[in-house]
Amino acid sequence: MSLWSRIANVFRGDGLSREIEEEFEAHVAEAVEQGRDPEEARRALGRALRQREESHDVKVIAWLDSLRADAIFGWRQLKRNKITSAAAILSLALAIGACTSAFRLIDALLWRPLPVAHPEQLYVLSRKGMGFDNKPGEWDSWAYPAFAQMRAAAKDQAELIAISYADRSDVTYKTDQEMEKANLQFVSGWMFPTFGIQPAAGRLFTENDDRQPGASPYAVISYDYWSRRFGRDPHIIGRTFHFGDGIYEIVGVSEKKFSGTEPGTVVDIFIPTMMHHSVTRQDSTWIRTLAVMKPGIAIEPLRAKLAAVSHAFEEKRLSGETGLSQQTLKGVLANQVLMEPAPTGASGMQQEYSRALSALAVLVLMVLLIACANVANLMTVQAAARAREMALRVSIGAGRWRLVQMVLVESAMLAFFAAASGALFAWWSAPFVVSMINPPDNPARLILPADWRVLGFGMALTLSVILLFGLLPALRASAVKPVSVLKGGDDPHSRRRLMHGMIALQVAFCFLVLFVAGLFVTTFQRLSNKPTGFSAERILLLETTSRPAQSSIYWDQVAERLRAVPGVERVSQSAFPLLKGDNWNDSISINGGPPSIDLAYFLNVSPGFLETMRIPLIAGRDLRDGDLYPNAVIVNETFVRKFLNGENPVGRAVEKASDDGSRERMQIVGVMRDAYYSSIRSPMLPVVFVPFHHKDAKGGLSPESDETFIVRTASSNPLALATTLRQEVSRTRSGFHISNVITQKELNEAQTIRERLLATLAFFFGAVALLLAGIGLYGVLNYSLQQQQRELGIRLALGAQAGNIARQVTAGIFVAVSLGAVAGLAAGMASGRYIESLLYQVKATDISMLAIPSLTILLAVIIAAVPNVLKALHIDPVAMLRVE
Amino acid sequence: MPKSDSLQGSLDLLVLKILSRRPRQHGYAIMSAISEMSEDVLRAEEGSLYPALHRMEEAGWIRAEWITKDTGRRARIYELTVAGRKQLAAEESRWQLVTSAVNRVLRTV
Repeated sequence: MSLWSRIANVFRGDGLSREIEEEFEAHVAEAVEQGRDPEEARRALGRALRQREESHDVKVIAWLDSLRADAIFGWRQLKRNKITSAAAILSLALAIGACTSAFRLIDALLWRPLPVAHPEQLYVLSRKGMGFDNKPGEWDSWAYPAFAQMRAAAKDQAELIAISYADRSDVTYKTDQEMEKANLQFVSGWMFPTFGIQPAAGRLFTENDDRQPGASPYAVISYDYWSRRFGRDPHIIGRTFHFGDGIYEIVGVSEKKFSGTEPGTVVDIFIPTMMHHSVTRQDSTWIRTLAVMKPGIAIEPLRAKLAAVSHAFEEKRLSGETGLSQQTLKGVLANQVLMEPAPTGASGMQQEYSRALSALAVLVLMVLLIACANVANLMTVQAAARAREMALRVSIGAGRWRLVQMVLVESAMLAFFAAASGALFAWWSAPFVVSMINPPDNPARLILPADWRVLGFGMALTLSVILLFGLLPALRASAVKPVSVLKGGDDPHSRRRLMHGMIALQVAFCFLVLFVAGLFVTTFQRLSNKPTGFSAERILLLETTSRPAQSSIYWDQVAERLRAVPGVERVSQSAFPLLKGDNWNDSISINGGPPSIDLAYFLNVSPGFLETMRIPLIAGRDLRDGDLYPNAVIVNETFVRKFLNGENPVGRAVEKASDDGSRERMQIVGVMRDAYYSSIRSPMLPVVFVPFHHKDAKGGLSPESDETFIVRTASSNPLALATTLRQEVSRTRSGFHISNVITQKELNEAQTIRERLLATLAFFFGAVALLLAGIGLYGVLNYSLQQQQRELGIRLALGAQAGNIARQVTAGIFVAVSLGAVAGLAAGMASGRYIESLLYQVKATDISMLAIPSLTILLAVIIAAVPNVLKALHIDPVAMLRVE
Repeated sequence: MPKSDSLQGSLDLLVLKILSRRPRQHGYAIMSAISEMSEDVLRAEEGSLYPALHRMEEAGWIRAEWITKDTGRRARIYELTVAGRKQLAAEESRWQLVTSAVNRVLRTV
């Protein structure tokens, strides 16, 4: 009863006091009944007030009681200053919410250990050095035979696991002939037991499911997919689906907590690696290699051992590739093998977004600090207004800590309201940011749990926020000296110094946020305004597959049928769309010389592709019906410059030199303008467009299994035709399926997803930072104006010039702002190095980049200062002096 | 005879003892009982009785209840709890120990 009743009694308040009072009254009445004098009985009982206090304190927890009193008092204070309180809560809420949201994203992507048995023993293998294109880089992809050799070598020290890159794949369930997309991943059979993952239904793979190529057509689906696609159907085990050329049987559902090892992607279907068509190929790298270390094994010796195995493998393999230049060979063989901790798994999204998210996290932290400085100034002003009240409290015996507690409780209430609304904001905003990372057909899916990690972070953040903005004003307010207050004001300058310090900090942070935002926005603008060399207007792309592969003649028939659909202007074909990210490259040999070190990039296109994409032909002719690979090809300007010294190439022949030493003679029939091939960020590549049709060994036209129909539509919304075209393709000939419909515009925009995300969010937070800093400036100016009113009034009465008055009102602020701006500038220049990789064609040292934040802040200062200066000039000395 | 001093350390003991003999007493009755049983030698200071009662109530030795008396007035009556009974035994033996020790000293000197 005791602790609980004492806590409960805290909140009974008056009821409790009344009860004690009643007991005393009963006592006196009893005494009177016994014949005693009421006055004497009362006296004997002692002073009623002291008695009540004593009994009251016994029945409650004193500190909790005083907290309750402070909370009620604080609530009244907050209600009294409704607008400022609301503004403070709103700005803090936004900042706390944004910080929590950033934490959720970064935690989910980079920090949260995978839900596997020993995440701390998990490592990922990668190679670093020169690539086959003679450019430095780092790769985490491996060929399966190399993996198998490394696994055997590491047997006693670590278990190696092969996991392919999760891929959006076409699967068909037997019962419903519709083709659909699923994230499919090939994994080693021993992955589940090594990770200690349990089945939620059926069974998971074991090593036995992964021994012979093609021998185990089984699939395990993730819990998420089971719920989403099948509504947790208990009869899922034993269902089959088509994927590629095979039929797979679902044997189990994995544990709920496990959704793969690639943060940012939720795997739907797991398939044993032995079912992959490249599992025996030495030249195809398609898996990541994860290593689960056995306890107590040192990393470096194992890394060296694996490096030796990998090197020997590559050396043996490349000895057969006579088509490689010596330089390439040397560079590739000098690659280092790295082994890095991967407790959180490994994913492309981690690589692409870790720095971007960190940069955003720093920005929102700045915004939080700006908001804190604002609220701290607000509290200081309010404390100043309450100096008399504080002095009174001190003089009737309130201790210093009691006053600190009182002010801190008020801050805590502000922070609590802010944290609650911030939590709502974070709830909404973190998934919102993930939804902005939405490449066509493959949106990111990041698991964002709201668990004790997020909660703990939120609480810690709120606590630090309270201390940040509450402690200083609280200490200051509690240090009040009754005498000096009653004398009519203690040292007002010290308070102003504090506020000006806050302003300097705010301006520094604001400058930094605006500067970085400026860099991101410029990067996005430069990238998205970059001419691609082709027109994406009204272009619809139908990525089409055929199982089994069919002759290109039939593909041409489908194209012909599509041309007849109303609303279609032009139809062409290519092996894959431009800017999709796909590549096909090889070396070039001129006049029978050695293979080039620079690679050329190839694409199969149909005649008329140039015109459909509006890529100008500048010499020679376009491809024609009847052109056969490699008798007629079109090259771009960069190709001519790079390989042919800019001479007119029409009519010349060059050789395509493959790694295995084989060569194909290509006849150049035309030259086209440069257009971007797979990415707008890389320099312009030498590109060769080649015809689809080529003869196979028997002299017939070779079959194709994948092509993209490029449709230029009459209407400005090409997607309106998607359904019609989809049906038309399937109807024309059996076996053809459209696996994906996108617009070229979407592909172009997908090139700048990260930049758009950064620019949008940085711009938003830049605006918020500026607004908060502006409000802060205005508030401080307004406060110092009130402080100086008396003095200004006297000066005006004595005939001071307007300029002098303006200078006096704003002098302190300008010093603070200048200091802050210089600090922000230095921080901005220094931060340039960390965000360099996120920028495009813009540097942190560009003068124009510094101009944006400088001018914006100057403008904000002027906007904040003008009304205050005007107010100062309109002080009526007589009225002013009469008040005092 | 200095009444209050002698009671200082033993008020809890007396209250517990009285409540164990006569359960369900209100404050005034407990106070009267102390003077009555000690034949007016001991008198509980009215000012310190109620804080002591409330303290013991919070400690869980006694529990209180409001009743309505015949006169229609409400009274707060107290009774021992199980914990209070244990406390009484402990205080009683402690008291015995102290007084016998004091007596021994008085005899030997």
